[in-house]
Amino acid sequence: MSDTDPNAPLLVLPLHDRHAAAGARFAPFSGWDMPLQYTGIVQEHEAVRTHAGIFDVTHMGRVALRGARAGEVIRSITTADVTTLKPGQAHYSLYCNEGGGIDDDVFVYCLAADHWLIVHNAGNATADAARVAAAVEGATDVTMRDLGEATVMLAVQGPAAAAAIRTVLGFDLEGVPVRGCREMEWNDSRLIFGRTGYTGEDGGEVIVDLERGAALWDAFLAAGVTPVGLGARDTLRLEAALPLHGHEITPETNPFDAGLGWAVSLDDGAPFTGRDALVRLKAEPRTRRLACVRLAERGVLRAEYVVHDPAKPETPAVGMLTSGAFSPTLQAGIGMAYLPPALTEPGTPLAVDIRGRNVPAEVVRRPFYKRAG
Amino acid sequence: MEIPEGLRYTAEDEWLRLEGDSGEATIGISDYAQDQLGDIVFVELPPVGRVLRKGEAFGVVESVKAVSDLNAPAGGEVIARNDALESASELVNSSPYADGWMIRIRLTDPAEVDALMDAATYRKQLPEVQ
Repeated sequence: MSDTDPNAPLLVLPLHDRHAAAGARFAPFSGWDMPLQYTGIVQEHEAVRTHAGIFDVTHMGRVALRGARAGEVIRSITTADVTTLKPGQAHYSLYCNEGGGIDDDVFVYCLAADHWLIVHNAGNATADAARVAAAVEGATDVTMRDLGEATVMLAVQGPAAAAAIRTVLGFDLEGVPVRGCREMEWNDSRLIFGRTGYTGEDGGEVIVDLERGAALWDAFLAAGVTPVGLGARDTLRLEAALPLHGHEITPETNPFDAGLGWAVSLDDGAPFTGRDALVRLKAEPRTRRLACVRLAERGVLRAEYVVHDPAKPETPAVGMLTSGAFSPTLQAGIGMAYLPPALTEPGTPLAVDIRGRNVPAEVVRRPFYKRAG
Repeated sequence: MEIPEGLRYTAEDEWLRLEGDSGEATIGISDYAQDQLGDIVFVELPPVGRVLRKGEAFGVVESVKAVSDLNAPAGGEVIARNDALESASELVNSSPYADGWMIRIRLTDPAEVDALMDAATYRKQLPEVQ
């Protein structure tokens, strides 16, 4: 979940004043005072689906590793075999605990054979940085640097993101492979770009040093990109059925139940934290799987709503929503839930308890939204 | 922030408008309430004929980020409800005092209305809006 002290003062984004000027309403998230929305969640959501939006994701943790064996160090703590990454490639991976539960999900960027970057969730950033530091300590000739306080991270997402990136950063997005990354010069400084994101749209995430963050933000706004807050970030990622740590994935959930087995490499035999448990869990029959649930009537789904099997109304609940929202794209209540595998086929009827009433719903194919092309 | 004169308000941000001397009243939520909730995507209203007590939760309004109960500013029988909100809940955002009305009731005790706030009092007790 989160290692954030609820009594600690909120961390303030370096671009806080820019967000306030753009009309942001702020809300606490993982210890940060974050823009929740600017003009409105639905409007911002639609801007990303139809044009382009920019998110300040500076709250996310990011650490850089240098050294010829940096990839091996990262491999020793994450589930995916990142040592197969070539410079310019990035990959989704997980930090698991010894029980095979997911302590965090991360993105690993191989910028050069001896220069790597890992992006962490804000709520886990402190624990994650400690995990990396401990792994680095046991390795020779690998150093770690926490970029969190030295950089700003912005995500630009949507069908018009490529045009904005061309205008602002001066390169062709198509020249970077999907989940690719590059390091480049921008305004006499280094900039890291990854063709990654958390919305289901094309685009990228940009890390730039602190002094140039505001200029980068201003340049994207001048290129017609809409500021988007955490509210729409959540509805966008949920439509794309991307898991959120603390919701779909937690230290108590394993990658196989979550449909993230593709991010776990066991065949290379390399040791990493949680491997033994994951070998055992993978061999076990699944007792539950993460499924996409769509409300059949108009309404809104919310995390922690209880799911029933309408064929057996008298039996106990079959699951609980890990996330829920109203999907602006589908104009329907959507959510995700761990359900018995027999109830996870698309089309399976379900019932969701909304304020004491069992409202009809059904399992739908994952994801809810997939961009064309 | 629009807080029309002539309406009565609750501390939970509902408004009530007396329909002349008919003993009927229309109920909705204030501009402040819709602004705080953000994009409203679902409204659940009681059936016509239901009798509400003052303060009773009579429905639910859901925005993208929050669920909020609707409380009766005064008691009465529901004589009409705004079914347009079923498919166009965003009317509550765009027109909280007109097209976004919620229910009309026949007041059980018109004196209950006297206990509600007028526009000036309601405005005064609102938190500073950023």
